[in-house]
Amino acid sequence: MAAIEEGGGGGHKGPGVKKAKKLSTRVDMTPMVDLGFLLITFFIFSTTMAQPTAMQLIMPKDTEKPEEQTKVKASGALTILLGKNNGVYYYEGDDPTKIQASDYKKIRDVIIEKKKNTKPEDFVVVIKPNDEANYQNVVAMLDEMSINEVKKFAMVNISPQENELLVATEKANGI
Amino acid sequence: MPKAKIARKSTWVDMTAFVDVSFLILTFFILATKFKPVEPVEVKFPSSVSADKVPETDAFLVTIDKDGRVFVQMDDPNARKSIAENLNETRKLGLTPADIKAFTNAPSIGVPFSAFKQLLAMDPEQQKNLKQPGIPVPDSTGGELYYWIRDAKSTYAGKKTSWLIKADDATKYPVIRNVLDAFKRNDINKFQLVTKFRDAPVGTALWNTRQNQLGTGKN
Repeated sequence: MAAIEEGGGGGHKGPGVKKAKKLSTRVDMTPMVDLGFLLITFFIFSTTMAQPTAMQLIMPKDTEKPEEQTKVKASGALTILLGKNNGVYYYEGDDPTKIQASDYKKIRDVIIEKKKNTKPEDFVVVIKPNDEANYQNVVAMLDEMSINEVKKFAMVNISPQENELLVATEKANGI
Repeated sequence: MPKAKIARKSTWVDMTAFVDVSFLILTFFILATKFKPVEPVEVKFPSSVSADKVPETDAFLVTIDKDGRVFVQMDDPNARKSIAENLNETRKLGLTPADIKAFTNAPSIGVPFSAFKQLLAMDPEQQKNLKQPGIPVPDSTGGELYYWIRDAKSTYAGKKTSWLIKADDATKYPVIRNVLDAFKRNDINKFQLVTKFRDAPVGTALWNTRQNQLGTGKN
């Protein structure tokens, strides 16, 4: 109860004078508050505010025929390799030996730089996660494509040679 | 010296305003939130700048947890029924009509075909407590997930189906690749990855585009 009863209501009017006791019209709201907050607590725990969003991913159809495969000019290609411990490595063109280490902050500048220096129709980013990369890395990199408005990009399986170079670079960097 | 007299005051507190506030907050929560969907496993999915809402109808959801266990979920009970009937026929699962009926009430499946019948025989409470081993997707052939997708595809034929993939941050890439391969073998090349929304970083190309869109939208 939100009130402490005080003794001796009514007052003293002397003997014989009987007055009807005035009943208070106040309603004790405390249980209602209790109930309200109980329901709020229930709704907070059992519902969710954040609406998940969906990221579109369109993969090319696998094809064995060379004439159906998309040709990429080596000069416009930027290959990004994803390794373990959130590692990011990249090389330009078609020479994997020029592999360089980077990270998720620096790679944006690399992409922007490459995009600026390449003809828009030639520019393509190839993403190659190796077996140690995790889903977060892949989504972060796909996201980087939409952040930088890279029109052409592809997610491709890593080649054994690239994987070797990637592991060697990781070892050299002490990962 | 006269005794200091302390006036006896009522301790009654008017709770009406308090009630008003609490019910206002309650109303807000009821209207602004949604009930958490039933999930087989807890998945902490990554964030992306994509602002598209996850479609709710005709969706086929593949959930992958951080250990690489794969689950499938379909929202439409009729679709589930039809898929169960198809699978029963093509994979010789030996399901009884009662099992198929049970499947229409099962929200998610994460067991190999060999344990499917057994799972459906359980009551919903048992199903919830069971640690499901996941649908086997061992390699790029797509494993059993391939058949799930194939039958889902034929069930949803003619409708605009959304193929959703929800995976944990820590899921290793090979599992993702195998799941994508299972879809690709079914000639499905357009997916939607479930993510949390985050704003595009200030100053980037996408941020500029969105700012321009906002500008033209106002005019």
